[in-house]
Amino acid sequence: MLGIRRRTFAGGVYPPEEKSHTEKKPIEEMPPPTTVVIPLQQHIGAPSEPIVKQGDQVRIGDRLSEPQGFVSVPVHASVSGTVQKIAPLPHPLGDQMLAIVIENDGQDTVTDAIKPDENYLALTPDEMRQKIKEAGIAGMGGATFPTHVKLSPPESKPIDILILNGAECEPYLTADHRLMLEYSQDIFNGLKIFQKILNVKKTYIAIEKNKPDAIRKMEEIAQGDKEVEVIGLKVKYPQGAEKQLIKAITGREVPTGGLPMDVGCLVQNVGTAKAVFDALRWGKPLYQRVITVSGPGIQKPKNLLVRIGTPFKDVIAFCGGYTETANKLVMGGPMMGLSQYTDEVPVIKGTSGIVVLDGKTSPTVEPSPCIGCGRCILTCPMGLVPTTIAQYVEAKNYEMAKKWNALDCIECGACTFVCPAKRPLLQSIRLGKYKIQTLNKKAG
Amino acid sequence: MTLVAVVTAVVTEYLIEKLLNKPVTIKDWSAVVTGMLLAYNLPPEVPLWIPIIGSVFAIAIVKQAFGGLGFNPVNPALAARALLLASWPIHVTVFNTPPRGGTLSGIDIITSATPLNVMKQSLQVLKNVDAYSIDKVNKASEAIIQLHASYGNLFWGKVGGCIGETSAFLLLLGAAFLLYRHIIGWHIPLSYIATVAVLTWIFGGSNGLFSGDPTFHVLAGGLILGAFFMATDMVTSPLTPKACIWFGIGCGVITTVIRLIGGYPEGVSYSILLMNLVTPLLNRLRPKAFGERK
Repeated sequence: MLGIRRRTFAGGVYPPEEKSHTEKKPIEEMPPPTTVVIPLQQHIGAPSEPIVKQGDQVRIGDRLSEPQGFVSVPVHASVSGTVQKIAPLPHPLGDQMLAIVIENDGQDTVTDAIKPDENYLALTPDEMRQKIKEAGIAGMGGATFPTHVKLSPPESKPIDILILNGAECEPYLTADHRLMLEYSQDIFNGLKIFQKILNVKKTYIAIEKNKPDAIRKMEEIAQGDKEVEVIGLKVKYPQGAEKQLIKAITGREVPTGGLPMDVGCLVQNVGTAKAVFDALRWGKPLYQRVITVSGPGIQKPKNLLVRIGTPFKDVIAFCGGYTETANKLVMGGPMMGLSQYTDEVPVIKGTSGIVVLDGKTSPTVEPSPCIGCGRCILTCPMGLVPTTIAQYVEAKNYEMAKKWNALDCIECGACTFVCPAKRPLLQSIRLGKYKIQTLNKKAG
Repeated sequence: MTLVAVVTAVVTEYLIEKLLNKPVTIKDWSAVVTGMLLAYNLPPEVPLWIPIIGSVFAIAIVKQAFGGLGFNPVNPALAARALLLASWPIHVTVFNTPPRGGTLSGIDIITSATPLNVMKQSLQVLKNVDAYSIDKVNKASEAIIQLHASYGNLFWGKVGGCIGETSAFLLLLGAAFLLYRHIIGWHIPLSYIATVAVLTWIFGGSNGLFSGDPTFHVLAGGLILGAFFMATDMVTSPLTPKACIWFGIGCGVITTVIRLIGGYPEGVSYSILLMNLVTPLLNRLRPKAFGERK
C-alpha cells in the first residue's frame, strides 16, 4: 500500500496474546507415560499401514507402519515395550482412527536403526527427501502436510524464496518461541538442509515482534550469512498463516486455490526445521515434539518435550491437572485449535499445544441475527465476505457459497472472533467447504 | 418527548415479542436507539401522540413484521418519520419554538423557520426576480446574506429545526465518539457529506454553476444527523467498505436533488430510506478475494 511494504497483511484481529504464562519457561522433558497411543494417520494424505502386530516388542524409533504412496509418512515407536493392541481409538482431529497402543517397559531402549551422520550435508537432495520421509516428518505447525512432499515442487514451479515460520501468532502457544531460543542452531541447520534440497538461496526467518529475544537469537545465529534475513513481523492474528506470511514478507499473493509454490515461495515451520535436522544429523525419526500446555484451566502451564502418542490426560496431570474452572480442552491454540470431547486423545505430530479454557475465556454464547455490521469482512485476511458465505451455507445454497470463494477460507476464525452477534461463521463456512468438496467429488 | 418515543418503542417491542412467543430482545438497546432517533427527527413541540404513533409503527411494522433486529429492510426511525410526515405534515414541519439568538426570521413567504426552508424559498425568489415584488426580492437576498453569516449559529445549534439536527457541533462530538469506538465506519458519512457538498457547490447557487454554498448545506438540516447516525445503521447499510461508499454517494445525490429541485426543503430522510432499499443490491458486489485476479 502506497508503495511502502508493510510487514503484515490486510485484515486480521488482535486477540489477547496470553503468552506470558509460558514464554519464560524453558522446555521441560516430560517422562514417558505408561502407555502411548500412536494413530496410523497423523498427516494429510493416505494413512499408513501397520507392520507390527499385537504382542510384538518394539524399541524407541522402530518403524511401526508402512506409508501408502507418495503423500504418506510412517509412524514410529516413541517408547520401548509391547504392542498391546491395534484398534480404532479417538483421534484429536475428530472421529476414531486406527492406532497402535504400546505399553511402556520403562527401559527406553533405542533401536539400532538410529545412526548419526556427520556428513549429512553431502547427501543428495533425493536422499535427503527419502530420509525425511522415513523419519515420518509432517509439518509441525499444525497442518501436518508430509514434509518431503512439500520439499518436492515440480520443475515447472521453481522456488526462489524460502520462509522459516516462527511467527507463532496463536494466543497461549510458546513452543516455537522456546524452540528458537533453545535450539536455534538446530533450526538454522535445518534451514540449511531446506536450502540445499530446494537449491534456494534467499531465506527469511519470520518472527512476530512480540518475541524480541527470539529475533535477537536467530539474528545472532544467522550473522554472517548473507542469504538469511530475520524479519520482525507485526503482532497480528493470523500472521503465521502461510499465505499471509508470504504476502507480508514478499508482497506476493498466492493465487486463489493455489499453493505458495505458485509464487515461488515455500514456508516451513521452525519445529519442522529442527525435526529435519534431527533426522539427518542424528538419524532420529519424529517420535517426540515440543508442545505448550497452557490456559486458565491448567494448574501449572509449561513448555514440554513429550513423546508422540502421550495421552492428553497424562500431559495435563504432569502440569498439575485441571483447575476447578476448566471447561474446554483444545488441541492447538484457541483460535484455530480443535476442541476435544475426551482427554484420552494422544499428542500427535501436529500438536503444537494443549490449551484448557475456562468459563470466562470460553463462555457459552447464544447467537443473535446478523446485523450486517461488516466487521467480519474487515477482518477476513482472505478478503472474503464471511457473513454472506455463512448465510448461503445456512440456506444450503452451496453453489453460491462457492461463488463467493468459500473454498479460499483458511479457517483462521477471525470473523467469528469479532462477530458482535456471536454467529458461528467459521463453523458454517467449514461445513460449506466440506459440502462443496463432496459435491465436487460426486460431480467429478 | 424523547422519553415518550423511547418508552413506546421499548414497550411495543416487548409486547410483540411476548405475543409471538419470541425471546424478548429489549435488552439489546436497539429499540431505545430507534425511539431516540425518531424523536430527534421531530420538532420539539409536536403533540405527544405523534412520537407514540411513530414508535409503534417503527417497531411493529418496520422492524418486527420483518422478523426483528437484523431483518428490517429500512431504518425503522426514518420510515416512521416518513409516515408521520405524510400523514400529519403540519405537525411535523412547523417549528414554533423561536430559535434562541436566531437571525433567520423576517421573511413573509415562509411558513416554517428552518434554515433550509429559508434558503430554498429565497433562492426561488431570486431565480424568478420578475415574478415577485421588489420588496420580496430584497428580503430574499438579505435572507441569503444572513444565512451566509450564520454558520456559527448552524454550528452551535441556534436555529430552528428538529430536536436532533440543529447543532452540528454536538452531533460531530457524538459522531467522533462512535468513530473512535469503531461502532460506525467513516465510509458512509464521508462519501455522503462530500457528495452533498460537491453537488450543492456546483448546482446550488443562483448565479450559475459553482456558486452554491456547500458549507451551508452541510451544516444545515439533518445531514450530519443522518450521515453519521442514521445512514450508518448497520442492518440497513451495505456490508463492504466499497459498497458503503456507493451507498453514501447515492444518499448524497438523492439528498441534493430533493433539496435543490424537489418539493421538500429537506431530503436526508428520504434519501437514506431509498438507499436502504438499494442495499441488498449493493451487497451483491463481491469484493476481490486474496489472490484473486479480476
